[in-house]
Amino acid sequence: MTSVSEGTPEQVSRHQVSTVLHRRPRLRLGLLIGPPMLWLGVAYLGALGALFITSLWGQNPFTGDVVREWNLDNFRLLFESEVYRTITIRTLGIAALVTVVDIVIAFPVALYMAKVASPRMQRILVIAVLTPLWASYLVKAYAWRIMLSENGVISDLGGLLGLDTPGYGLTATVVTLAYLWLPFMILPIYAGLERLPDSMLEASMDLGAKTGHTLRRVVLPAVFPAVVAGSIFTFSLSLGDYITVKIVGGANQMLGNVVYDNVGAANNLPFAAAVATIPVVIMLVYLAAARRTGALENV
Amino acid sequence: MTHRKVRWHRIVAACAAVTLVAACGTESSDDKDSAGGAGFEAPDLPQLEEIGDGEGEVNILAWPGYVEDGSTDPAVDWVTPFEEATGCQVNVKTFGTSDEAVNLVKTGEYDVVSASGDASLRLIAAGDVEPVNTDLIPNYADVYPFLKDRDWNSVDGQMYGVPHGYGANLLMYRTDVVEPAPTSWSAVFEEDSPYAGKVTAYDSPIYIADAALYLMEHEPDLGIENPYALDEDQLAAAVDLLKQQRELISEYWSDYLKEVQAFTTGDSVIGTTWQVIANVAQGEDVPVEVVLPEEGATGWSDTWMVMTESEHKNCAYLWLNHIISPEANAGVSEYFGEAPSNPKACDLASEGHCETYHAGEEDYAEQIWYWTTPVEQCLDGREDVKCTDYGAWTQAWTEVKG
Repeated sequence: MTSVSEGTPEQVSRHQVSTVLHRRPRLRLGLLIGPPMLWLGVAYLGALGALFITSLWGQNPFTGDVVREWNLDNFRLLFESEVYRTITIRTLGIAALVTVVDIVIAFPVALYMAKVASPRMQRILVIAVLTPLWASYLVKAYAWRIMLSENGVISDLGGLLGLDTPGYGLTATVVTLAYLWLPFMILPIYAGLERLPDSMLEASMDLGAKTGHTLRRVVLPAVFPAVVAGSIFTFSLSLGDYITVKIVGGANQMLGNVVYDNVGAANNLPFAAAVATIPVVIMLVYLAAARRTGALENV
Repeated sequence: MTHRKVRWHRIVAACAAVTLVAACGTESSDDKDSAGGAGFEAPDLPQLEEIGDGEGEVNILAWPGYVEDGSTDPAVDWVTPFEEATGCQVNVKTFGTSDEAVNLVKTGEYDVVSASGDASLRLIAAGDVEPVNTDLIPNYADVYPFLKDRDWNSVDGQMYGVPHGYGANLLMYRTDVVEPAPTSWSAVFEEDSPYAGKVTAYDSPIYIADAALYLMEHEPDLGIENPYALDEDQLAAAVDLLKQQRELISEYWSDYLKEVQAFTTGDSVIGTTWQVIANVAQGEDVPVEVVLPEEGATGWSDTWMVMTESEHKNCAYLWLNHIISPEANAGVSEYFGEAPSNPKACDLASEGHCETYHAGEEDYAEQIWYWTTPVEQCLDGREDVKCTDYGAWTQAWTEVKG
């Protein structure tokens, strides 16, 4: 106590500040997380808000100027014309298929990494899974474009088995996207499996369960939240993609392409904003569903 | 505790949303008047009466390759002579699509723009560019007469810029696959095309005009007079044709290198192209040829325009005069791969250049329907019906791709 009164004015004021902070945990917390929350609120949610507001405006189709009059025309067009329904369903289908393909490939890989491989092998595999993330997305997509082309690697290798390249189209899009997002599925499942104690597997075996039974009744339920967490990545990344489908998708288009064309070609920002709300809504529904599985605590 | 927390979050979110809406809402009310109707009307703007001294600077908005100062290739330079002669320092910004150009013009930071026909009318209507006094541009007199006073560069006989050069969207095909050599666009439009699954097409709403051009010849009952003036029924017919074509398409292209690659691998063997693309492909030993089909073709014809808000109008006019001078026009058209607008450029360009691009061949040029922005007022002069505008075309193009 005495030392406070004898301190320099600066020390005193510092001490006062820390006393105030100590007595008011809420203020302390506010100062600590205020700036990041502001960033999240203004830059992140603000952008979403601006998107939504823009989608309620219109456009002068000739000069391309945004007409700031409130209306629901963009959404009406979105609901009424069949083409956008088709594109939405196609995009959803692609995203779902990519997610399923990734789960099917990632699960055995992650299981091997977490439970079978030696520690050394484990490290090597983690690096192997992560390395492709260092290469540019575009390079990988163009690599697939070349591999999938006529007389490309895939048609050469497939020719040995009597198969041909699927060519540019939806199949090529799903394959390429599944390749691109695979690490985002493997890592959460791997982390989930690591947390699963070996003793549980042993217990299951001791109690007479066969391998398949153990996998179904013990491993799968335990890693299900991790799978859902991984699927959030693969699903949302596929949902918003427009470059891969432009490179290997042939003449097909996804929701992202409609947004891109309306921003770049048609210069119709309000309509682009309206289209962009579709994936946002889909993801909100998806996240709400994922929350019920407890996956969000796992991410 | 959790419940209270959740409610608190919701209140914050709701407040934020309300604030944002309110803030933007107020802004919207002042702006309503400036957004005009959809019809086409050129604002009444004065043209420059005389050229004074250069302002020392000019900001140019151009297609890549149109303004070269030797930094890309030391041999390609028509900017330095201009800077030395006029004292106008050139600053250039390039754009990749007509729509990007329209966006950039709206920033008001530029003095001149090289606009294609699908941008020029939009700029005129928005009042972004002003009429150009061609009497102040000595080289304008040399320009091919068939490029003057056209739909895409003038309104009611008043020029809004100077013609830069032009080219046609041609039909390119792999000579080793496509036999006999095609003479008609039917190879890319008709259901029974032997090249189904290997056809490519340009990925832009403006490509609808290509289908309309085809219908103009093959379905005269539709009464299409101008592929850029389509009423509802005519647009629907063009869209139907394009949907039929969609079944034949391997992929659409908008990036020219992507098309070169698709022809190299054989994923595409026939489709619309530009001369410069064919040149690049042939340079890589890909067996391709181009042809101007019997129905004619769409194409581009670019115009150098002056911004209304420009603060360097003297330099802008000096640039307009320079870029259509024989030297600069020869340099640009050769570098980019298109026909020059100034016949005198042909004497300076390398041998064969003007022949390759059919410069000045009016018959050839008349077969080309240059990109023009479709507007509600029919460009073919019909007054009893409303035509479909670019917005409708954009919508239709999305539908075609499905």
